[in-house]
Formats: sequence, structure tokens, C-alpha cells
Amino acid sequence: MKDVAFGQYYPVDSFVHKLDPRLKLLFLAAYITSVFLARNFWGIGLCALVMIAVILSSRVPIHKVLRAVRGVVILIAVTSVIYIFFYDGEGEPLWSWGVFAVYREGIYFALFLVLRLFLLVTCSSMLTYTTTPVALTDGIESIFRVHVVALVMSIALRMIPELTGEVERIKNAQKARGADFESGGLIRRVRALVPILIPLLISSFRIAGDLAEAMDARCYMAGKKRIKYKKLAFGPRDLVGFLVGAALVTGVVLLNVYMGSVF
Amino acid sequence: MRIVAEHLNYTYNAGSPFAVQALKDVTLTIEEGEFFGILGHTGSGKSTFVQHLNGLIRLPRSLRRHPKREDPMPVLTVGEYDLTSKKTDYTALRQKVGMVFQYPEYQLFAETVAADVAFGLKNFADRKHRPTEGEISSAVHAALEAVGLDASVAEKSPFELSGGQKRRAAIAGVIVTRPEVLILDEPAAGLDPRGKREIMELLHRLHGDFCKTVIIVSHDMDEIAENCTMSAVFAEGRVTHVLPPRELFRRGEELEKMGLDIPLVAKLCLELRKRGIEVDCDFTAADFVRRILARKGEKA
Repeated sequence: MKDVAFGQYYPVDSFVHKLDPRLKLLFLAAYITSVFLARNFWGIGLCALVMIAVILSSRVPIHKVLRAVRGVVILIAVTSVIYIFFYDGEGEPLWSWGVFAVYREGIYFALFLVLRLFLLVTCSSMLTYTTTPVALTDGIESIFRVHVVALVMSIALRMIPELTGEVERIKNAQKARGADFESGGLIRRVRALVPILIPLLISSFRIAGDLAEAMDARCYMAGKKRIKYKKLAFGPRDLVGFLVGAALVTGVVLLNVYMGSVF
Repeated sequence: MRIVAEHLNYTYNAGSPFAVQALKDVTLTIEEGEFFGILGHTGSGKSTFVQHLNGLIRLPRSLRRHPKREDPMPVLTVGEYDLTSKKTDYTALRQKVGMVFQYPEYQLFAETVAADVAFGLKNFADRKHRPTEGEISSAVHAALEAVGLDASVAEKSPFELSGGQKRRAAIAGVIVTRPEVLILDEPAAGLDPRGKREIMELLHRLHGDFCKTVIIVSHDMDEIAENCTMSAVFAEGRVTHVLPPRELFRRGEELEKMGLDIPLVAKLCLELRKRGIEVDCDFTAADFVRRILARKGEKA
């Protein structure tokens, strides 16, 4: 009962949400490869089309997707400006002023780069929007076969809402005792954090201890071979996902061969 | 301070798929001087409600400015503070309304118990008339004494204390500013029966000497029935009953259906009635023990 969203996961029921997490991870790898392989606008256009299809079938609202891109907007803007003004193309520049010269190739390059970065960020955030952290670690564990790493990851993910809640509780308790976290200079504000950080540290140790005890009580042994309660299984839905991914990579390679390159 | 709430609504994570409406049209008045019990199951909205009373949760701004036509205007006043206004002085309010959260011992942080208890005192201190060391020290000692802690613990680290002592120290850290209203969320959570009894006795003492109004939030009906002068029942974000606690016993069946643990005596009466034995049951477990002992000719 608190104002914290759990990671980035967006809980709706959709085709993409129901896909096997392993398939989604593979699809992500295939998608990123395609985006890097694409050497012309046809290829990158195909990638964009697939992304649009994924977004539409995931039922994640478009403003959520755009919010994920917001973080890299400045990076995209700066690099595309550099490309546009400093790329040395062949033939006459479209426009020039001192060291600045705008070539047609520069504009293409910048546009290409923007699309690439945009798609890379969108596809990885689509993975986290449509896959619960638990499903994701399950997938990673199943692919890489290292249980301990997956366990550490899932505990860490599990603890994020736990600790955010704890911070919220401690913060409220100190606010009720008149603590002020919002005013004053830097030093004052940092000092104001002490009454939160110390109880938080102690609580983290307590929670970790409780968890260790609970795992111990259930006979958890790190080195032992384990079986799964819920086994991941590929279904017909995943076949569709696989085919789309395979078609994407093949399509991009074919477009590279037949349509030439912008480089 | 009289507390008046009308038509309060609150939604967590509003506008997202995680939205949960925690309060639905809550209307409740708590008179000054009461030992008030708020009863409800986990997630019934009782904690959300009490966090409104010292402004830890504030009414959404949009609602304060333009309430929907069809919804009645929310009202929330705590004494002279109108929490629906934009200009509420929350620091002053928090000094008047002390809040002890569930497991308050987890908020202790300072190097010594005395420093921890003084934390609120220093925060609320008037910027122009800072209290002297002597004033702080005497207020801290008065608070420690009020919660039944020996003066020798003042210079110890709070982490050296036992569980029960830590909880008392944490309560001292709230009452040290002499709030008029003291709110406690599940004050007896995680204590053994003896610890529970001691905490309740402590609250009764504080109710007399330190704070005019005490509000306890609990899911344990016995606790409320034995201690409170008035009680309200929350269920699924609504206030379903406002009753003197003894009345609760007569409504055993209703409350049991709402998923509340009903008092032992009420449970006993329900069972007896099911078997065709009509008994009057507006008494608490303690009364019950007293009556049995009286019948046996002994003194409780």
C-alpha cells in the first residue's frame, strides 16, 4: 500500500507478456543484432515496423514507451548534431559556414543513428515492461545455467520494493517527529539523511538475516542440484515469436545485400 | 483537539495500473479527550486514515481545488488546523499530533537514547527561542520516566536495549514534544501478552498526563474493547461502524463476517447462542475473569 511502482513492469495481459522469457531474451538479442546489421533505411525501417508491431501487441501505452526513451534524448540530440555538422561527405556541401559543413550523407547518418538508438532503447525497455523481474531471472537462469547468480539477482530485485517501502516508513516516522528533508543547503540535507540511513542499514541487515533464516529453514543449499516448481515451456505462441525474430534477421541481411548501403 | 473528517477519499498510485483506493468516502469525528480505537483488517484503510491526521498523506491538490461536481467536498480538520487548505503549517500540526508507527523501534538512529528522544524536540524547536541543554535534558528525562524507562538508559545506545525497552524509547521520542493527540499504529504488535498489557497500561497513563486524546489502530478487537472509550471499524476503505467498544460485542456475527477477529467473549457467546443458550455478553474478557472469580469468592 504505497506509492511505488515495482520496477518497470507494466501489468497488462497481452501476447507479448505471455511469451516465454527465454524467447524474449533471444528475440532481444536477435533484434539488437538486426539493428546493428542494417545498413540501409529499408533494413532499419523493417526493424522499426517490427517494433511497432511489438508495442501494439503488448498493449503498453505509447507514452510509457516514450518515457523510456526520454533518458537518452540528450545523447541522441548531441550525437546527431555532431554528425550533421561535422561529417565530411563527397561532392558539394548543402550548406557551409567556417568549419561547419552539412552534407547529404551527414543528414542520412544522423537520421540513421537516431533511429538506431531509439530502437535499441525501446526494445530493451519493452522487455522490462512486459516481463516480470522473476520471469526474467528465470529466463536468464535457464539460458546461462548459473543458479547462484540468478538467485542473487532475483533477491536483489525482490528487495527493491521492500527497501523502498522501508525508506518510506522510516521517512514518515522521522517526518512525524519534525524531520525536514526538503529545505536547507546541501550539507543540511545530507545531514538530514542520517536519521533515515542508519535505521535503513539496520533494517537491511535484519531483513537479510530473516531471509537467510527462512531459506535455511526450508533446507536451502547453495551447491545442490535444484528442480523447478514452474518449468518454462515453449508453446505455439513462442513459435510465432521465434519466426518473427528469425524473419527479421533474414530480412535485414537480404535487404543489405539487395538494396545497397547508405554508407 | 477535535478531529473531523468528512468524505475523505484516497487512492494510492492514482492513474496507474497499481491504483488502489484505500479510503472511500470516510466520515468520522473523534472528540477531544477520547481513547479512540480504530479497528480493521489489514488493508482496510485504517493506517491510511491516521496518516492523514498529521499530514503525512495529504489530500490530492486537484481534489482540493476542483472537486468533481457530484462528489461532496472533503473536510478534514484537526483542532484549529484545516488540512484542506493550501496554507496548513504541517510542522506545527505534527508537533500537536504525535504519531507512533508500527514497530517504532525501527526508527531509532542516534548514538544515545537521550539524543534520539531529543530529535523531535530539536526539530520542532522555535528558531528564535532554541531550548537550552538543560531544558532539553529535563524534557527528555520526563518523557523517559513517563514511558517507564530508568534514567540510566539515557546514555546507552538505543541498540543495546531490549525489544520492549526500544519500543518505549521510541514512544518517548514522540511524546517528548507533548502532542495533544497521540496516534499509535498497532502499538502492541509483536509483543507477548504481558508486554501488550504493559504497553496498554502505559498508554492509559499517557492519556491522563501527557496527551489529551489517544488514538490506537489495531486489528485486535480485545485490545480495543478493553481499552478504548470509543471505536470505529474500517472495512475495505469505508467506516462501517462507530460504536462504544462494548457495543462491538453484540455485533460479533457482523464483524466476524467482515473478517475481523472478534473478542474471545463474543466468540464464546456466539457459540453458546448457536447451542440455544441465551447469554448477555457485553463484557470483556477481563470482566469475565472478574465475574468468575467473584462467583468463586476470590478477588481478582
